[in-house]
Amino acid sequence: MVLSRKWLTEFVDLPLSEVGDREFDEAMTVSGSKVETTEDLSRSMKNVKVGRILSIERHPNSDHMLVLQLDVGEEEPVQICTGAWNVHVGDLVPAALHNARLPGGVTITKGKLRGVVSNGMLCSLKELNMTEHDFPYGVIEAAAILGDYKAIDPEKPSIRADIQPGDRIYGKVVAAKVESVENAGVNLWKLRLNPEAELITRCQNLHEGDLVAYDTAKNSVCTLADLHAEQREFPHCIPDGILILHEDVKPGDDVAALLGYDDHIVEFEITPNRPDCLCMIGLAREAAATFHKELKLHTPVVRAEAGGDINELTKIVIEDPELCPRYTARMVKNVKIEPSPAWLRERIRAAGMRPINNIVDITNYVMLEYGQPMHAFDFSCVEGQEVHIRRAREGESIQTLDGTARELNTSMLCICDVNKPICVAGVMGGANSEIVGDTAMVLFESANFNGPSVRRTATSLGMRTDASSRYEKGLDPQNTLKAVQRACELIELLHCGEVVEGVIDVIPQPLKETTVKLESDKINALLGTDIDEGTMREILEREGFTLEGDTIHVPSWRGDVSHYSDVAEEVARFYGYNVLPTAFSGGISTAGGYSPIQQYERELGTVCRGLGLDEIITYSFISPSYYDKIRMSADDPRRDSLRILNPLGEDTSIMRTTILPSMLEILSRNYKVRNKEAWLYEIGKIYLKRPDGMADEPKIVSFGAYGEGVDFFTLKGWVETLLGTLRAGEARFVADKTNPAYHPGRCAKVYLQGKEIGTLGQIHPEVAKNYGVDAELYCAELSFETMFACKSGTPVFKPLPRFPGTSRDIAVICRADIPVGELRDCILKNGGQYLVDCTLFDVYTGHHIADGMKSAAFSLRMRAEDQTLTDEHAEETVKAVLTALERQFGAVLR
Amino acid sequence: MKELMQKLRDASLQAVSQAPSMEMLEEMRVKYLGKKGELTAVLRQMGKLSAEERPAMGQLANQLRGDIEAAIELRRAELSAALMEAKLEAEAVDVTMPAKELRQGHKHPMYNVLDQIKDIFIGMGFEIQDGPEVERAEYNFDKLNIDEGHPSRDWTDTFYFTEDSQILLRTQTSGMQIHAMETRELPIRIVAPGRVYRKDEVDATHSPMFHQIEGLVVDKGVTMADLKATLNLVVEQLYGKGTVTRFRPHHFPFTEPSCELDIQCHKCGGKGCPTCKGQGWIEVLGAGMVHPKVLSGCGIDPDVYSGWAFGMGLERLAMGEYKITDLRLIFENDERFLQQF
Repeated sequence: MVLSRKWLTEFVDLPLSEVGDREFDEAMTVSGSKVETTEDLSRSMKNVKVGRILSIERHPNSDHMLVLQLDVGEEEPVQICTGAWNVHVGDLVPAALHNARLPGGVTITKGKLRGVVSNGMLCSLKELNMTEHDFPYGVIEAAAILGDYKAIDPEKPSIRADIQPGDRIYGKVVAAKVESVENAGVNLWKLRLNPEAELITRCQNLHEGDLVAYDTAKNSVCTLADLHAEQREFPHCIPDGILILHEDVKPGDDVAALLGYDDHIVEFEITPNRPDCLCMIGLAREAAATFHKELKLHTPVVRAEAGGDINELTKIVIEDPELCPRYTARMVKNVKIEPSPAWLRERIRAAGMRPINNIVDITNYVMLEYGQPMHAFDFSCVEGQEVHIRRAREGESIQTLDGTARELNTSMLCICDVNKPICVAGVMGGANSEIVGDTAMVLFESANFNGPSVRRTATSLGMRTDASSRYEKGLDPQNTLKAVQRACELIELLHCGEVVEGVIDVIPQPLKETTVKLESDKINALLGTDIDEGTMREILEREGFTLEGDTIHVPSWRGDVSHYSDVAEEVARFYGYNVLPTAFSGGISTAGGYSPIQQYERELGTVCRGLGLDEIITYSFISPSYYDKIRMSADDPRRDSLRILNPLGEDTSIMRTTILPSMLEILSRNYKVRNKEAWLYEIGKIYLKRPDGMADEPKIVSFGAYGEGVDFFTLKGWVETLLGTLRAGEARFVADKTNPAYHPGRCAKVYLQGKEIGTLGQIHPEVAKNYGVDAELYCAELSFETMFACKSGTPVFKPLPRFPGTSRDIAVICRADIPVGELRDCILKNGGQYLVDCTLFDVYTGHHIADGMKSAAFSLRMRAEDQTLTDEHAEETVKAVLTALERQFGAVLR
Repeated sequence: MKELMQKLRDASLQAVSQAPSMEMLEEMRVKYLGKKGELTAVLRQMGKLSAEERPAMGQLANQLRGDIEAAIELRRAELSAALMEAKLEAEAVDVTMPAKELRQGHKHPMYNVLDQIKDIFIGMGFEIQDGPEVERAEYNFDKLNIDEGHPSRDWTDTFYFTEDSQILLRTQTSGMQIHAMETRELPIRIVAPGRVYRKDEVDATHSPMFHQIEGLVVDKGVTMADLKATLNLVVEQLYGKGTVTRFRPHHFPFTEPSCELDIQCHKCGGKGCPTCKGQGWIEVLGAGMVHPKVLSGCGIDPDVYSGWAFGMGLERLAMGEYKITDLRLIFENDERFLQQF
């Protein structure tokens, strides 16, 4: 919502000169109307003065420029050159003088144009950042001046270069010389021509001595269109030029003030609970309460000089009272569609809208002033002269004002005549009842509609309008009458129609008033304050609440207040949020802290980073095609993901059931930006569909890496270190040749205490290729919750060994396909009481070893608690180990 | 004999003191003091002396042995020191050569900020609550006083899993307030961080997934003054002592009164600059007193208990902390980005 500080002064005595931007913005913000930005419009326009043209001469060195002398309110006239031809002696024009600033940051300085001094520039509408809607009289019509003619084909000119007054051009069109030009009203000029003719033209670019094409039959000067000429044939006869001012101004006046640039525009962020602040009066009310000023409201007065009675002309029926709690209407006869006066256009512009014509501008003005959207119907288009407010019927459609045909459904409220919808209620009017140039009878609608219904209709039609975005927040039903009265008052003020006597105001069910009990104790208890009740009453009354004893009557525009906590906020806002005390009242203390699993997750992150891995965060949603990218089989149950029904796009349309694609996505991105290596981890959720439609959301620890020095055993080392450091226990790794995402020879399932906790390995080269990576990618996915479940308790101290241990190395020959892990398990199981550990230190195949066999060398560490081990003890252990290895695997000592 | 002894003394002490190496020194020890050494040879001639001369000569010889031994020890120490010096010199390294590369991983910058906040609250007696991201509308909206028809419930704003709009991706962590009040014993002091989802296209400041942290206190006698005091303290720890704060009225359906907390722009001191978009203030979080209707909806008697809650976006905080200019960087996880923090 934007607010014009200039307009605000109509309601509250807060002139810019007394309350500066900073003070105003800060006070409004802390009282609850947050100021986003403030723009001082005067900064965008400087040193642009009204000038009166004293004389016009042709430029000595240019055939299309004019040299003007202007009175700009100074002692000496100012000389300015212009290329525009629509200027005449006596015109008032906006003159940007030396060092002037124009909207858009353009600065004008004096200089020479083809050798002639120019002390500035005359401005067109565009240069003032305006359009024809802002200055409807600024539309320029250009005559075709024969001296400007440039033949498209120089060999075959349509008009001879030496053509003389009286020569025929074609048909009844002859060349004529302008003998004199005399002003005959706004944009009207009386011409005397040679051959003898006298006429009034709207063409503004003519001067004495110009040679024109004169249509003897129509007694008119031809435009380019009349001659069927292209613009390039008359390059300087353009429908553009200097804005000639027809305002009550004099030379030297500041153009910035004239255009409303002497204003400060404040943009507010209005929260959705305060639709009443989406208008001048609402913000004025807040400003008045904030600055302890009087709010000056005006009661519209309608004379209704057309007489008659609206009730004899039309009938209004609300068929759906739930969606339309109130419908108020008035009628205007003999409407004259014209541009609005300058003051009204300026205010419309200041509020960020574009002026259109008096009727449209009045409805917009009332919406800006009262916050009440209005609609104007061409009553001649209302069949049966009846208005019915009802839901659309099956199969009905309407072409809205934006020209689009729209299918309606039975949930949409419409304004209809006896046969058809003529407006989508609260959203947009229909083209079938649009105000047009010859509209004579206008029916003004000022209604209250159900907010959610308007919102749903606007959303399903895909057209959120200024009106609908107001209605959807819920508007004050008491505003409709005031607004329609104001609109009619403006009609009379602008002399653009005659208001018919009487108002139709349909209120199907009595409007309810909200009351809340003033409970100062509760309010103080909530705020932690000790504000006396008198102060509370004063604050509430300042805002327009009325009090009767303990009963607070909530004003109709404050639909958001219905509870003592709402009242507490009102009190706090104007008492001052920053004045409220800041203190700990001290309740029962809570211990706080991380839960064991949260603590575990923190430690996990620390270990991962200790391993050199960097943490990543990836999106929880993925594309279904990612399952194909990781070669997930078609019948894999994990493909049954939660699907977002309204995703942003395919890529973020399902909730991941595996974290692998997210990691691969990031590895691939790093690879593609040529990062030589990436070592990454994430603790992220996957989302597994539950029968009740919700999800189980287990956390997965995911590793991903590529680059020099990373291989399967690096990855395995990370996993082992992680599990070891977190005391999750010793993991078992079992080769997994069937996981399609991984290299069949370099993938293992990881088990803790017999429970599978995940997978690690090299990503299948085909999968890597699907991610555009031509390198070995290594990933691991481990269940965080299972790790936590396997975590052992607080470690119990074991006494340090008192007796030295001993060690023996053995090498056995066995079948090459027997995993060393199994050999080791066998050794540990059968080593007897003295064996404490066993580590593999060599695996050898080749020379001296038979095909299909391998040699595996282990170092056995032995120790006893109560004695120094002897050779006999060691030999006994080795023998037991060898026996077991031979029995179980046929392995023999090398 | 005496002369012989004197000659040996001069020669041996001279030689020992100049022994060029440990090996030579050892050779000299053998040469002079060994069983077949020169001193022994001299002593052998003692037999030729008279009984009166012998003790004096013997004493002289012993003294000579002692002196030679002392000279050898001295020289040994000298040589050993020289050797060590030479060794150290030979072992000298170019200290400007690159270090051995050790990898230390990095916490994601957003989690750096999150952990910092969690620790602040834990220090004030808060616990951390986790919760579901696939959520029921009941928790994300209904019980938070966000009625059917509220714009944030639109399919253009919220991701839905069911046609009846009942199961969705949570759009805010505020639903955690409800979970906490329904499951926890009173009094409650929790913060609940996590992922939230909104239907925003990805750009420099938007992402369909981002993170928030929610806080909730429910206890007897909790007031807006508590809210202000606690949040001021948090802000002070996050942004440094002396940070100026401003509370400003705002609207959230589930708190009343509601507020937003701004901090004075540290860059311009409140004058207005590009960092604070000319406003002098930077918005940090939203908060308010838990709406009595929300309390009673969770079975808590608002006449006995009151509470306050806050919610804060984490990405913006991390971006502010580290001056990260584009939100996309947070989720792109480029190593060159991650390793900066």
